[in-house]
Amino acid sequence: MIEIAASTALCLLMLSFVATAMRGRLAVSAAVYLGCAVSCFALALVGVWTLATQAGASAMRVPVGLPWLGAHLRLDALSAAFLTLLGTGGAAASVYAIGYGRHEHEPHRVLPFYPGFLAAMTLVLLADDAFTFLLSWEVMSLLSWALVLTHHREEENRTAGYLYLVMAGFGTMVLLLAFGLMAGAGGAYDFAAMREVARSPALAALVLALMMVGAGSKAGLMPLHVWLPVAHPAAPSHVSALMSGVMTKVALYGFVRVAFDLLGPVAWWMSVPVVVVGAVTAVMGILFANVDGDGKRVLAYSTIENIGVIFTALGLALAFRANEMAGLAALALTAGLVHAMNHMMFKSLLFMVAGAVLNATGQRDLDGLGGLIHRMPKTAFLALVGVTAIAALPPLNGFVSEWMLFQAVLQSPNLPQPGLQFLVPAAGGLLALAAALAAACFVRFYGVVFLGRPRSDAAREAGETDRWSLTAMGALALLCVLAGIVPGVLIDLVAPAVELAVGAGLPLQAGNSWFTLIPVAEGRSSYSGFLVMVFIAVSGGAAAWLVHRLGSRRLRRAPAWDCGLPNADPVTQYGSGSFAQPIRRVMAPVLAARETVTMPPPGDRAAARLAARTEDLAWTRVYMPIIAFVGAAATRFNALQFLTIRRYLSLVFGSLILLLTGLTIWN
Amino acid sequence: MELTGNLILQGVQMLVVLALAPGLTGLVRKFKARLTRRRGAPVVQPYRDLMRLMRKEVVLAENASWLFRVSPYMIFAATWVAAALVPTFAIGLHFTWTADLIALVALLGSARFFLALAGMDVGTSFGGIGSSREMMIGAFAEPAMLLMAFTIALVAGSTQLSNIVAFMASGEVGIRVSMGMALIALIIVGLAENARIPVDNPATHLELTMVHEAMVLEYSGRHLAMIELAASLKLLLYMALIGCVFFPWGIAPANAGVGGLAIGGAIFVLKLAAGGALLALFETSIAKMRVFRVPDFLGVALMLGLLGTLLLFVSRSL
Repeated sequence: MIEIAASTALCLLMLSFVATAMRGRLAVSAAVYLGCAVSCFALALVGVWTLATQAGASAMRVPVGLPWLGAHLRLDALSAAFLTLLGTGGAAASVYAIGYGRHEHEPHRVLPFYPGFLAAMTLVLLADDAFTFLLSWEVMSLLSWALVLTHHREEENRTAGYLYLVMAGFGTMVLLLAFGLMAGAGGAYDFAAMREVARSPALAALVLALMMVGAGSKAGLMPLHVWLPVAHPAAPSHVSALMSGVMTKVALYGFVRVAFDLLGPVAWWMSVPVVVVGAVTAVMGILFANVDGDGKRVLAYSTIENIGVIFTALGLALAFRANEMAGLAALALTAGLVHAMNHMMFKSLLFMVAGAVLNATGQRDLDGLGGLIHRMPKTAFLALVGVTAIAALPPLNGFVSEWMLFQAVLQSPNLPQPGLQFLVPAAGGLLALAAALAAACFVRFYGVVFLGRPRSDAAREAGETDRWSLTAMGALALLCVLAGIVPGVLIDLVAPAVELAVGAGLPLQAGNSWFTLIPVAEGRSSYSGFLVMVFIAVSGGAAAWLVHRLGSRRLRRAPAWDCGLPNADPVTQYGSGSFAQPIRRVMAPVLAARETVTMPPPGDRAAARLAARTEDLAWTRVYMPIIAFVGAAATRFNALQFLTIRRYLSLVFGSLILLLTGLTIWN
Repeated sequence: MELTGNLILQGVQMLVVLALAPGLTGLVRKFKARLTRRRGAPVVQPYRDLMRLMRKEVVLAENASWLFRVSPYMIFAATWVAAALVPTFAIGLHFTWTADLIALVALLGSARFFLALAGMDVGTSFGGIGSSREMMIGAFAEPAMLLMAFTIALVAGSTQLSNIVAFMASGEVGIRVSMGMALIALIIVGLAENARIPVDNPATHLELTMVHEAMVLEYSGRHLAMIELAASLKLLLYMALIGCVFFPWGIAPANAGVGGLAIGGAIFVLKLAAGGALLALFETSIAKMRVFRVPDFLGVALMLGLLGTLLLFVSRSL
């Protein structure tokens, strides 16, 4: 199996070169994306096959890279679970791109990097030594950076690209340290040897903290998230879908692989920062999503929220595992993995919707849209599935993973440590808050974009998107529904991966009647998305039929009532800023929200202005001081550029002496 | 045989809640009228209103989309399914394992989601103001409700409502501080979710203070009837939930005969009447608060829910 996966990755790499060689032709673009779609589909099949047959790990060594190490590749259940995710998300994004790519002005800025990006992500999942892992990770970062800079003529995108490059470099550096510490003095750089090394709890904790920083910065954990809401939206929409839906999960894979597999046992108190950071990230991410006015940035902030949710699940799994409660650890980890899968489905779908809207109207700004449900009915319907899923509403898939996570939270009284006993319910409360805020956020997103009246000429004249895009979005929407009503299939699928990570799996869900989900025990909790769906459909349908049959079925169109004072100007509708106002005002301290009203003096007929702004405290409180410090230090050290040769020589001599002295003392 | 019995019982409960819901709304209005020394409309007035609305034609705004027309049925269905999961007069519900207390909260969330979307659909400022405030209220009410659900689930060791009620009715529970907190939290959430007085005014005609009414301003005819019915159902659901979890006396056990069920039904109606009277008394004795004081009010519920949960972690017997 590993051979197929590795050669598919190679195919993708080759596609990159083909795309480079035949730049700019429209037919080439379609062919490359089709190739990517087929390759990704193959990867997904390999993943599903490995999981479904519970095939053991298969490994291979490729004689490239460091001469004494080579490149070790290995496919086990954990890689396979994430490979399935990558394959599905990649295939959908590639099919979408066949249609979407036609609108690209400079296809040669996307095409060569796109297959390589997919290949690099695949190799991260397959890597079985630190060198291959880090190299693929860095290639993944760099290629996605190139994709972020596709529309590099816009100033905003260049800033985003620069920020992303700095953060990605920082992240990889931290990962390098983490793997260096894990390899130990012996220099065991392949994963098999790393598993054997015995580590002190303090060292394991340090490695885990470094992984949280390194992988977390890629995934978007607070406060390392600042690049994500600017970089993800800057890329073309199919790449945004891939970055938000898939690349963040590859980063999660890095964390899961180290925390649950390579590192060995981790002390219980190390789960505390994971849970805390995860829960805070979830709430803060969705708060920012609630107040932002740019459609794609709203989606990017919501990605941060979902990453927070998944990290909370992983933290819970770590806590349960540290206390040797394998069954409960399996519940939490399954919730996390299933949520990762679900997030790939609905977030990719929503980014594609944003892309379709962007193509149809040229608008990313929410306040330039509106009424698109009339102009783009199919896209609007698929988007509705996406927002219902992401708002964690039953019977769709987002609710299933949230529900499982809440079940795991409810098991926390079993934890022996009082600290965790207090922390976990509080984290559960934060997650509940995040889920409710997500509903508010996506009512706003959907309401402002698709409902109401158009706020610009572009929105008034928009047209339905192309068939390829609709196919990809339709497939993802279908997955959202299926994973919601028959979640047992997905849970059973990731069971081998969970088993590998925590040593136990959830009870097999396949045999339950009516596709019911029973995570712990039957009398304790159960949920059947299928029956909920059937009940809602039947009772809603029956009600509609009865009302039409027995009551009236007459209908008359008339101007909107609006309390008798309808105003024809679309500006009088609620927009993104006004919809967010209650939450912005209530959460003002957290969002650093300010409203300034500028009133013209009496007698002046100029318009009054109300400006509302929020700021990311992580940016102003953490990053701005660092940037200021770096700038000031650079100014200081600038003096070193203008020294005479004698001074340079004495500086060199001085540093040599200093280093030698240091070395002598060290020894 | 048992299966058929259970199925019938489930069906009967679903129809009973549907039949009683407008009556409860009428009863609360009647009580409120009497408390303010008005004669008030008869208790059956909501039934008449619903019939009248069903028969009337729908006047639909020109740019209303299909979502606007589908939403009333979605809202009604989600609320009804949620109400069907709450044991009203008997514990043995056939489909209670389909969705637990957490799913019930989320089902009500679905109904709110579609109602808020419908409010945005026509593109009027009142619809928008209603939706945006409703989602703000929901953003605090839903977590408070979930924390309250955590408390109950930790006490009862299950999130399934029939198991919870069976446990609560068993008398093992006694008086607990945490349950008291959960009760207050649930009442606060119930007031907010049902657009009752300190949060919203169900009888207001002052547009800027409306939340729920502003969202449904554009609805008419059968669509409005479905939404009104769903709102009544939701009020009954909360009353039934408070009744079955905190005051489970007189609820018919899982294998009760017809006589037991009849007694359970009678007690259920009495409980609803008592709840309606208390609600009316509370509503007439308090003033509506400003919209931006609502988060403080709901924050109390949130904190009580959290405290209740935390107390249970300190000691399982609190």
